[in-house]
Amino acid sequence: MASGQQWVLVEMVQAFYEAPAYHLILEGILILWIIRLLFSKTYKLHETYKLTEKEKEDLIEEWQPEPLVPPVSKDHPSLNYDVVSGPPRHKIIINGKECINFASFNFLGLLDNDRVKEKALASLKKYGVGTCGPRGFYGTFDVHLELESRLAKFMKTEEAIIYSYGFATIASAIPAYSKRGDIIFVDEAACFSIQKGLQASRSFIKYFKHNDMEDLERLLKEQELEDQKNPRKARVTRKFIVVEGLYINTADICPLPELVKLKYKYKVRIFLEESMSFGVLGEHGRGVTEHFGVNIDDIDLISSNMENAVASIGGFCCGRSFVIDHQRLSGQGYCFSASLPPMLASAAIEALNIMEEDPGIFTDLKEKCKHVHKALQGIPGLKLVGEPFAPALHLQLEKSSGSRDSDMQLLRTIVDSCLERQVALTLARYLEKEERFLPPPSIRVVVTVEQTEEDMEKAVHCIKEAASAALK
Amino acid sequence: MTESSTNKLLNGDACHRTSNGRKSSKNGFVKNHCSLQLPQNYSRPREKNQNGTHNSSLYKKPFLESFEETPLLVAVFTYMSYGILTIFGYFRDFLRNWNIEKCNMAQEREEQKDFVPLYQDFENFYNRNLYIRIRDTWNIPVCCPPGATMDLGERLTFDYNWTFKYTGKVMKGIINIGSYNYLGFAENTGACNIADVATTQKYGVGVSSTRCEMGNLDIHGELETLVARFLGVESAMTFGMGFATNSMNIPALTGKGCLILSDELNHASLVLGARLSGSTIRVFKHNNMQSLEKLLRDAIVHGQPRTHRPWKKILILVEGIYSMEGSIVRLPEVIALKKRYKAYLYLDEAHSIGALGPNGRGVVDYFGLDPKDVDIMMGTFTKSFNGAGGYIGGKKELIDYLRCHSHSALYATSMSPPVAQQIITAMRIIMGEDGTTQGAHRLRQLSENTAYFRRKLNDMGFIIYGNKDSPVVPMMLYMPAKIGAFGREMLKRNIGIVAVGFPATPITESRARFCISAAHTREVLDQVLDVIDEVGDLLSLKYSRRQKPRPSLGWMAEESHLQD
Repeated sequence: MASGQQWVLVEMVQAFYEAPAYHLILEGILILWIIRLLFSKTYKLHETYKLTEKEKEDLIEEWQPEPLVPPVSKDHPSLNYDVVSGPPRHKIIINGKECINFASFNFLGLLDNDRVKEKALASLKKYGVGTCGPRGFYGTFDVHLELESRLAKFMKTEEAIIYSYGFATIASAIPAYSKRGDIIFVDEAACFSIQKGLQASRSFIKYFKHNDMEDLERLLKEQELEDQKNPRKARVTRKFIVVEGLYINTADICPLPELVKLKYKYKVRIFLEESMSFGVLGEHGRGVTEHFGVNIDDIDLISSNMENAVASIGGFCCGRSFVIDHQRLSGQGYCFSASLPPMLASAAIEALNIMEEDPGIFTDLKEKCKHVHKALQGIPGLKLVGEPFAPALHLQLEKSSGSRDSDMQLLRTIVDSCLERQVALTLARYLEKEERFLPPPSIRVVVTVEQTEEDMEKAVHCIKEAASAALK
Repeated sequence: MTESSTNKLLNGDACHRTSNGRKSSKNGFVKNHCSLQLPQNYSRPREKNQNGTHNSSLYKKPFLESFEETPLLVAVFTYMSYGILTIFGYFRDFLRNWNIEKCNMAQEREEQKDFVPLYQDFENFYNRNLYIRIRDTWNIPVCCPPGATMDLGERLTFDYNWTFKYTGKVMKGIINIGSYNYLGFAENTGACNIADVATTQKYGVGVSSTRCEMGNLDIHGELETLVARFLGVESAMTFGMGFATNSMNIPALTGKGCLILSDELNHASLVLGARLSGSTIRVFKHNNMQSLEKLLRDAIVHGQPRTHRPWKKILILVEGIYSMEGSIVRLPEVIALKKRYKAYLYLDEAHSIGALGPNGRGVVDYFGLDPKDVDIMMGTFTKSFNGAGGYIGGKKELIDYLRCHSHSALYATSMSPPVAQQIITAMRIIMGEDGTTQGAHRLRQLSENTAYFRRKLNDMGFIIYGNKDSPVVPMMLYMPAKIGAFGREMLKRNIGIVAVGFPATPITESRARFCISAAHTREVLDQVLDVIDEVGDLLSLKYSRRQKPRPSLGWMAEESHLQD
């Protein structure tokens, strides 16, 4: 066997010697060819992809951006604002015509209050207007500290923090706590600043049907199952429910007692936005918690603006120190922005004084709200939306005419003809493309304590007539 | 503690200012290496790359900006002190955990102990162990207008800054060199105050409605016409909060499929606005035009990631004066790039409006450019005008669009009438329309003060950042312990300053920030300078290794500048 193999090898070597030169050369070339084929690429990827400078220049030359903003049609409903001359108080002058104000959120009539003005003036003479700095850098004034402690005392919470802009309050508060990976359960009717806060937080957002606790519980249960599957993740996933006290978009009240039950059942924290209910609901104007008799410590964070009932500018959050203090370093709108002008803080303090001295103002407002709510029932073609004690109601069309634009147009004619008869109303405005769940078009009707019975009767009468003329 | 201490240092969500801060601190370390090898060389790499290959023909006057290198030894000590602080922090956390040391922090209530913790433990580590220890230098209550001098409310702490007790006593006559009161309008007397009083009496303070609904007062219209005229643009719109002007209007301008190119040191409001817009965001190096041009070219050539569709539009976000660096945007070059690459330019003049330029009209005025070349002129009224709120100016189409689509216009309460009045009066004074030369005087005073103050600090041997014309003067402290010490020592000597550290700045670059005002007289500045000199020696803050200027050459001779 071994000798046989050897013989084959010898024969091969011999054949190699005997083969003609041309044959060897040919075979050598073939071997080299195969090697080349093995190691070379069929085509070079990079060469075909790399652009020359010239081609780049051409591309740059060729690129045409979209215009910065699309053109706005001249008759866009939001383009031409109504001009208010003078103060936006009870008797308001719109486009040169004096009307009764049923449009500003000045629920307690404090906007034109002499005491508030006086305090603001005193503050103006002491501090000037601006603060020239954020809270950290000589932007904290003694009145800010006073307002914060007064708000905390008024709401019976441990601590309060003020922001210089109402919109920025909840929009900054949500992302201060809820981060990427956390879960927020939100009512579909939540207002725009909540939506912006949710967006800034980059958390998972789960919307539940407006005021539908069963739907919320379904979502919470789903999440509970999810958590059981992955308990390690669940241990670091914070969960929040974000609701409004009185919804600005629907004038409904949130079912707070049920929410608190769900909170403890599923261990979710509640953030409550009270811009429409602070200074409105409850015996002392403390909002929804007082209205329902819910312990305020059960709500993790309450935020409200001071632009509606308080009739100043800015907003605040209140709750336990453990929660609120965190915003002093993490609320973007708190530490990156100049602080609230001291005169506006002084005005808010005086407004709180008035609210504390005379809680009767809230009963008065409630009575008026009920009156208007009752009187606006049953207008042909229009549907009143909202709770009887809500001060900012919505009148929607009973039957849509088909398109949103024509609905808005129809409602606009009603508002215009009321303006003509000296009743100032306004359409509720929304960014139609930006809203997550766009509310139907509506006329806002705002009740304030300054409106007398005649005012209200006149307004209701005007709306009825205008509606019957417009909705023939 | 600082403007951006909110950018949680240890939190994954830190906005890009912080993360870049971290990055640049790494660069800082590399830079230090270079300087060790070239100890005599004063043209630092950072300066080089900022000023090296720029198109000097675009500038009408020398553009002088300096960022002196961190000395290596200082950087090492700074890292060491953070290290020691961290170790001590862990040690004390350990003690608190075992109840050996009393924990002063607010605790979660018993009923909710079994909830998912609201804060991750390390989130508060920095607060608990670093910030709280020096927080007595911030948030001091002011009891008067934040003018050249101010009265501060005294507070005491008996538990190492965990809680403060306000004694009710007032420390009078503290020199204020920390407020953004560039033109000195923070006063409670004078033309502005008289006008504001009248407006308050007429209007009250609130509005209680949005611009779009029932809150569009005549005074807002008046203000907007004036702002447009002041800026030299077709039209302008004003908003109730400066921060919100950025964060609520950028989303109205760009969206999906658009690209935002943002300076790495942009303010949190611009970052938030860009993020809310849903556009792709790319960050270029601070004031670095090569970096910007490269991003622009790549963006246009390669289009959107994955789909390679061309971008719908490209928006460049820059600030006029950067509040932490004291640098001024290289606007002529940015405009040249924007024109070449057909991008849009959003200029945030929060600090520069009123504070820069011969007519106080911001960076555009400073460089002698045409405001029409900037697509979106944004600014705030908080600083130079002593008001509140912000504006956006530009072409009429832009403003019309914003009137219908700005989040502010539809959802936020409009500006308070007395605030609007304050801005109107202050702006008229700056424009000289009040019939006095007060405005011109204030502008001259500010620029003289700035030049004087910067020159003196440089001569004393401090490391000063920024542009020679910028009224924001950052002075480097580097070490974290010196933040607190400098603030306290200055306040002891009756001067109120602002000192900031990580995360508002890169970790090695803690600094004090002075804001020069037209209200400061030469005597006041001299007094401040004397004290800084004294405290600087006490805390050994005179880090600068540049040679003392020879008198014949002047202090700027060693800076690299564009006219060379």
